[in-house]
Amino acid sequence: MNELVLIVVLTLVAAAGTAVVMTNAPERQAVTFAYFGITLTLLFLALQAPDVALSQLAVGTAFIPLMVMLAIRKIRRGRS
Amino acid sequence: MTRGARHLLFAFGGTLVAVLFVWGVLGMPQFGSTDHPYRDRSVHAAAQHETPNVVAAVNFDQRGFDTLGEESIFFASVIGAAALLRPTKEEREQQKSGGGGVGDVMASTRFAGYVLLPLTLLVGFDVVAHGHVTPGGGFQGGVVLATGFHVIYVAGRYDALEKVRPVTLFENGEVLGALAFAGLGFAGIAISGSFLSNVIPFGSFGSFLSAGTVEVLNFAVGVEVACGVIVLLAHFFEQAIKLRDGSRAES
Amino acid sequence: MSHYAYFVAGWLLLMGCFGIVRSRNLVHAVVCLAVAQSGTYVLLLAVGYQRNAPAPVFGSTKKPTTKVVDPVVQALTLTDIVVSATVTALLLALAMQIAKRHGTVDPDELTALEG
Repeated sequence: MNELVLIVVLTLVAAAGTAVVMTNAPERQAVTFAYFGITLTLLFLALQAPDVALSQLAVGTAFIPLMVMLAIRKIRRGRS
Repeated sequence: MTRGARHLLFAFGGTLVAVLFVWGVLGMPQFGSTDHPYRDRSVHAAAQHETPNVVAAVNFDQRGFDTLGEESIFFASVIGAAALLRPTKEEREQQKSGGGGVGDVMASTRFAGYVLLPLTLLVGFDVVAHGHVTPGGGFQGGVVLATGFHVIYVAGRYDALEKVRPVTLFENGEVLGALAFAGLGFAGIAISGSFLSNVIPFGSFGSFLSAGTVEVLNFAVGVEVACGVIVLLAHFFEQAIKLRDGSRAES
Repeated sequence: MSHYAYFVAGWLLLMGCFGIVRSRNLVHAVVCLAVAQSGTYVLLLAVGYQRNAPAPVFGSTKKPTTKVVDPVVQALTLTDIVVSATVTALLLALAMQIAKRHGTVDPDELTALEG
């Protein structure tokens, strides 16, 4: 049973990673990256690593997308 | 280099890396095997120092010097980003004329913020404080604390966040955290002759006051990471929201 | 199944590099770099995994045994995640400064360093 969960979550991670790279607009990439962070958290939980999952959840879904959006806003402002 | 040449180079390099990687992976031990020599030794060492969370024991007790290096990288990147994002002279002139309100927030969002803010801060403190007993620790709890703090911005306006967040206070907090970590290392030298050795009494397995310096180092790293992330986000917010200048080519 | 996790790690790394190579926006390139870094986390944790073994955290009632997942690689990964987030912040700050100075964040148009 655990094998099946691992295979499904690993496939989700690979698909989410591909989606992040293929999203061209950086403001959309922030949202896709947050989703990628959640799939990574699920993977880390399935691999029995709760500390790492906590770390990834806080960093990948809140911290990095927020910074990306702020950077995009600043860059857009400067060019308009 | 043109785009086409770059893609060609990547195709070549990427296939080479992929071939070598697959060849290497096929020679690795089975995924999920039972042979982990480091694990046997580190679980045994953590049990001897009465630390239930073996990952925290590895981070702060067995491998504490490397963690000192990692939090120094963190410290240096916050300084680097702050140096890169400092306002120019024109931008500083504009800062004095205020600005930064970004419209009204819905009542439901504001209510959610009132409920979530104390909850998140409490969870963050718990994750830091019990890092040696349950999954958690300074790094995770610090980031949770810092992002929970910014619920003030999500549920209110930027002015509200600015009032509650004196940046100098958090800069000093970050420095204090880093100094506390290094200071405990030197205390280890003073008391038992080796840097970052576990010199506080161990206590009983699983209680709150146990595991010696692991708990205190958790607090130091938690304070440093939380204050560092708040300072970093403060600089980003200042550039993106507060400054209205858009001038280019200032060199 | 026996090597699938390692292949996913390699795939993430290569996809991240591919994203950087074909990127037309520096912020997009920074996020692709973060994806490549996540590949290394997956690899590290996959190395330390043991089938049907619980997490290496004992709480206050369980007696420590050695039938757990490897804690050393988890310790390496968790500090790495927080620190690399800050380095991503540094890279984003660089991108913002480049936009201020040169007016563009398209890597193909930034020719100031060439020749």
